Amino acid sequence: MRPARLTVLTAAAAVAALTAVTGCAEKSDKAGSGAIHVNATDSACEVSKTEFPAGKVTIEVENKGSKVTELYVLFPDDRIVAERENIGPGTKATITAEIKAGSYTFTCKPGMKGDGIRTQVKATGKGGTEKRSPELDAAVAAYRKYVQEQADETLPKAQAFADAVKAGDLEAAKKAYAPSRIGWERTEPVAESFGDVDPKVDVREDGLEAGQDPAKDWTGWHRLEKSLFQDNKIDDNDKKLADTLITDLTEWQKKVGQAEITPTSMANGAKELLDEVATGKVTGEEERYSHTDLVDFKANVEGAQKSHELLKAVTAKNDPELAKQLDTQFAAMNTLLDKYRADKNGYEFTSYDKVGEAERKELSDAVSALGEPLSKLAAAVAK
Amino acid sequence: MTDQVSEETTGATGAAGAPSRRAVLGWGGAGLAVGAAAAGGAVAAFGGGSDLSPAASAGAAVPFHGEHQAGIASAVQDRLHFAAFDVKTKSRDELVTLLKEWTAAARLMTAGLPVGDVFEGAPEAPPTDTGEALGLKPSRLTLTIGFGPGLFAKDRFGLEGKRPEALVDLELFPGDNLDQARSGGDLCVQACADDPQVAVHAIRQLARIGFGKVVVRWSQLGFGKTSSTTPDEQTPRNMMGFKDGTRNISGTDKAALDKHVWVGAGDGSDWLTGGSYLVARRIRMHIETWDRTPLQEQEDIFGRDKGEGAPVGKSKERDEPFLKAMKPEAHVRLAHPDSNDGATILRRGYSFTDGTDGLGRLDAGLFFLAYQRDVRKGFIPIQRRLAKADVLNEYIQHVGSAIFAVPPGVRDKDDWWGRSLFA
Repeated sequence: MRPARLTVLTAAAAVAALTAVTGCAEKSDKAGSGAIHVNATDSACEVSKTEFPAGKVTIEVENKGSKVTELYVLFPDDRIVAERENIGPGTKATITAEIKAGSYTFTCKPGMKGDGIRTQVKATGKGGTEKRSPELDAAVAAYRKYVQEQADETLPKAQAFADAVKAGDLEAAKKAYAPSRIGWERTEPVAESFGDVDPKVDVREDGLEAGQDPAKDWTGWHRLEKSLFQDNKIDDNDKKLADTLITDLTEWQKKVGQAEITPTSMANGAKELLDEVATGKVTGEEERYSHTDLVDFKANVEGAQKSHELLKAVTAKNDPELAKQLDTQFAAMNTLLDKYRADKNGYEFTSYDKVGEAERKELSDAVSALGEPLSKLAAAVAK
Repeated sequence: MTDQVSEETTGATGAAGAPSRRAVLGWGGAGLAVGAAAAGGAVAAFGGGSDLSPAASAGAAVPFHGEHQAGIASAVQDRLHFAAFDVKTKSRDELVTLLKEWTAAARLMTAGLPVGDVFEGAPEAPPTDTGEALGLKPSRLTLTIGFGPGLFAKDRFGLEGKRPEALVDLELFPGDNLDQARSGGDLCVQACADDPQVAVHAIRQLARIGFGKVVVRWSQLGFGKTSSTTPDEQTPRNMMGFKDGTRNISGTDKAALDKHVWVGAGDGSDWLTGGSYLVARRIRMHIETWDRTPLQEQEDIFGRDKGEGAPVGKSKERDEPFLKAMKPEAHVRLAHPDSNDGATILRRGYSFTDGTDGLGRLDAGLFFLAYQRDVRKGFIPIQRRLAKADVLNEYIQHVGSAIFAVPPGVRDKDDWWGRSLFA
């Protein structure tokens, strides 16, 4: 991980929460004008009006079902405009949000699961319709899905890792360590955009802040990595840490779909993944005890490639030369990485301490060759 | 072509264009100026730079175009950033495209201009020029390219028939302790400037343009010139405190340059006519033991006195040395053309210090750069003699080595580095 800082991707959850509390529920209730009513049940999501004037909008939700529900106002690419979670059966909630003219989706999620029950709505009038490209919306929506999938797939793998640690099975834990990180590494710019999760799960000892005590404050994968690969032992504290890791990752899994994602943040995220490789993996710093840097390396490249592939329809139109160059450099990068694994579908890579200086330079050169054009992707997409 | 400022920057071109980096800041930087004003004191720093002064008025742009590349006979600047590259692309077309892009960038940078936008581009894109030379003068920046033997390898770029005979693979000389990670390279670029930031910026830009096609194999910073091509100045001192290379070829001595430095029309490789050959050697000095050597011994080793730099038995630096008065293994005696059948090279070396070596010793020495018409008649015989007998060898070790064929100059705005080779 990198030192905590504001990335392009910020957690929309915080933004949405703010929007939700700034409204004054009583006032709009009294005014009675303009509020949109949503009747939520276990199987329906009735919206009182599907067209309303753009601007400050008040939504009153009543949960008439038996399950806890939530309501989302979404952009066409599934970015969250506003939301309210945990609306209990028989209760009401009010959401206010600043909504520009354009198309949106209201989504009720009975049981707080799945894609929800969706209704298309439209905000009309001034405020100017945000100019959006359907291709880019589709790319963002697909990428959001990818990010969520990565988180969903990470949990069971992390659980297997945690279980091995808790069983005191050193060899099994070592084996399960790197695979448990792949989903995180593929989506790292999004994953770490939740400032509170990243320092808990992916911090390295030297990433701790002044005053933090490694014995107490260092948690997550790398703390366990040190126990397993450096100290070659699992103690009671490690077993507790394994549980903490799962708790923190579960938190991440819940939030990750709410990250604000835009076409440019996707593109910059791809670049940031290569930056991760360039600064942490190529040097062997990231996985200094397990030497599984090439697994992270591969996962970072895969995540970056995913962004590129999803954006390619647009890139190819705006900057065909760049699209071609990225294809070439991703292919070259993958070919080079394949030299370090026997099974092209597996994630067992050569231990990085066995990778010589000249080979590391070759990897570093390839990262530069890919990272440079990748840094131009955001501008090409934004054209 | 002469060095220093010429008609190109003082004349029509200079008046019409070729503004300095400062000038660019002046008119391109309206947005920045506003920002700076808001920031208060910052604006004062830029205040003097907003006048449109052509580069020439600062006396600081060396013309890029000419019969020969600048950076060879040009008056030696104070600083160096030298980089050797490996070519990664397998495509001849891609390599040619890169050389054209490099030429265009070099043309701009030597005129004191940034390579594309610095702060006026798309906000989503990284600036094209990295910007650290913005506001700096051209600082007599010269960029000189060379082609290493690897470029001419069989089944690579179809150049095997064009490898000049004189572009030999250098032999291992006695005492060499070469680090392959600091040796060789398919391409090299020598950036010389009076401002280190300008030289470093230039190499950084070229490396960046090259990502995906070429990679930096090694590079060397030099901080103090150790030889001069302007004999009216006194010879600069090396890290041993001595003047070495007093008899260097003058950058204005056309006859000597034609005889010893420029490849002639009948020399064998037509594409290289007007070019030269470059040998680069990283020569580590055992500074600490040298510093413990008595003065007399130091002077005997060089064959010159330390104060004036006069050859043994003479009183002035430029007095004709009487070689027989020197010890048989004195450095000057062995390196002198008279000891080497007239072998003469043009030296442009720089001192370097790359910190300490982990054993507390200064990692310092001479980054030796020698240009010549034929390496077989220049560097090689001289180095053979020196490597075998020079008493200085006790205090130095050659740790890096590379050789390049240096193409002729870029003639005009349509020309590019290496056109005669690839065309």
